[in-house]
Amino acid sequence: MANGAHPAEKREYPELAAANDHPLLPLVARQLRFDINGCQIIRNISFWIGSSGRTIILGPNGAGKTVLLRLCHGLIHPTGGELRWGDLSVAEARTQQAMVPQRPVLLRRSVAANVQHVLSVKRVPRKQRQDLVAAALEQAGLTSLASRPARTLSGGQQQRLAIARACVLRPAVLLLDEPTTNLDPGAVREVEEMIRTVGAAGTKILMTTHDIAQARRLASDVMFLNDRRLLEHASAAEFFSSPKDEVAARFLDGELLD
Amino acid sequence: MNPGINEFSSAIGAAISMIVTLDPGLVEIVLLSLRISLSAVIIASIVALPLGALIALQPFPGRRGVVVLLNALMGLPPVVVGLMVYLLLSRAGPLGPMGLLFTPTAMIIAQSIIVFPIIAALSRQAIADLHEEYDEHLRSIGCTPMQSVVTLLRDGRYRLLTGIMAGFGRAIAEVGAVLIVGGNILHSTRVMTTTIALETSKGNLALALGLGLILVVLALSVNGTALVISDAAQRRYG
Repeated sequence: MANGAHPAEKREYPELAAANDHPLLPLVARQLRFDINGCQIIRNISFWIGSSGRTIILGPNGAGKTVLLRLCHGLIHPTGGELRWGDLSVAEARTQQAMVPQRPVLLRRSVAANVQHVLSVKRVPRKQRQDLVAAALEQAGLTSLASRPARTLSGGQQQRLAIARACVLRPAVLLLDEPTTNLDPGAVREVEEMIRTVGAAGTKILMTTHDIAQARRLASDVMFLNDRRLLEHASAAEFFSSPKDEVAARFLDGELLD
Repeated sequence: MNPGINEFSSAIGAAISMIVTLDPGLVEIVLLSLRISLSAVIIASIVALPLGALIALQPFPGRRGVVVLLNALMGLPPVVVGLMVYLLLSRAGPLGPMGLLFTPTAMIIAQSIIVFPIIAALSRQAIADLHEEYDEHLRSIGCTPMQSVVTLLRDGRYRLLTGIMAGFGRAIAEVGAVLIVGGNILHSTRVMTTTIALETSKGNLALALGLGLILVVLALSVNGTALVISDAAQRRYG
């Protein structure tokens, strides 16, 4: 298996191919590879994501989850292989996506101004901005903090602001990188609730986590990454009840992978 | 009592009374100093701020070298700048026919050159730091280069202001360049620092001390204000 794809990568996933008219789906990766200085970070990953809903990229730290997400958003470019969002290239698709990195960059401005900034960058007419900002802050439960400097918010509030800001223009796809790392259970619940709401409104969710419990709570399908490879991609029900991959099964059993 | 101490204390008394009564000669000198240094800082900023931002944001071959050079030029000795401007503006120099030597304009030119690298280097650093932090987000939301620049300048405005004030602090306090190109002519090119140098050597300590006091207060308050502003911005915006 030194050079070829892992068996899991060759599978087709007809059961996930729910027919839909999502503008950016299916997301198709073929033999995706990413190297830094000759060091492989992503090894020949292939997958096909056709369903809307919440796709969770699960795996231990260092598996390549973040890099895969950044590749999908076009922040970095693959060394080899191909990646397409529906009929669009990654760069074309980005205008209809939003990404929330693990440590979101909040501008040195007020909470409201952070949302406002995206709207002005996207050239939303001034008249509409006020209402959109108000709706976004409402959804994030941050209305009363609108004029506070964004960076003085708590971790959970910052994460909710980042998601609200990302979703203010209802992107077709929302990419989230470990959105609840370092949050307490209450804040995790609030953030997950927001993610559900955004997903229910029709936005495709693509999210990484190393937290098995969180994956269980949120996933409609799971991509299991370990050691820079995609080992399994299955619906959540299938993955959690009977993982096909032996490493995935060990991971689900709570074993510490090395 | 030691006569030296006596003389010193009476000079301080005279200096304070000059300040309190707003002695016309003293006020004239202070205002000319402010006019020259503020003009120099404004002129230098108009070029240095965009240039600093450009160097921070636009990769080009040799950028690292330019950055090193810019930082090194922050330590440019004012006397040498004065000498260079003097050579440029003197009768025999390339700009001699303009007749600018020993005018406030010449002093503004010299100080502009001194503070230019300070403002450019500090603004480049400020914008580069902010860019490193913001870049991925700005790319993610699809900022055009122009939108990115506007965002960075806006969010970096307090640090840019700090750089400008550092330039002003340097300009108002330097003596070498303005002495050479201004000539310390009474009612024309006599500023605080040159007056202090002259009056001290003449033994007129009252005026020298009075101006020295004002200069110290000015320099300290500019630096203090810069610190307070950046500290407040840091606490407010993180």
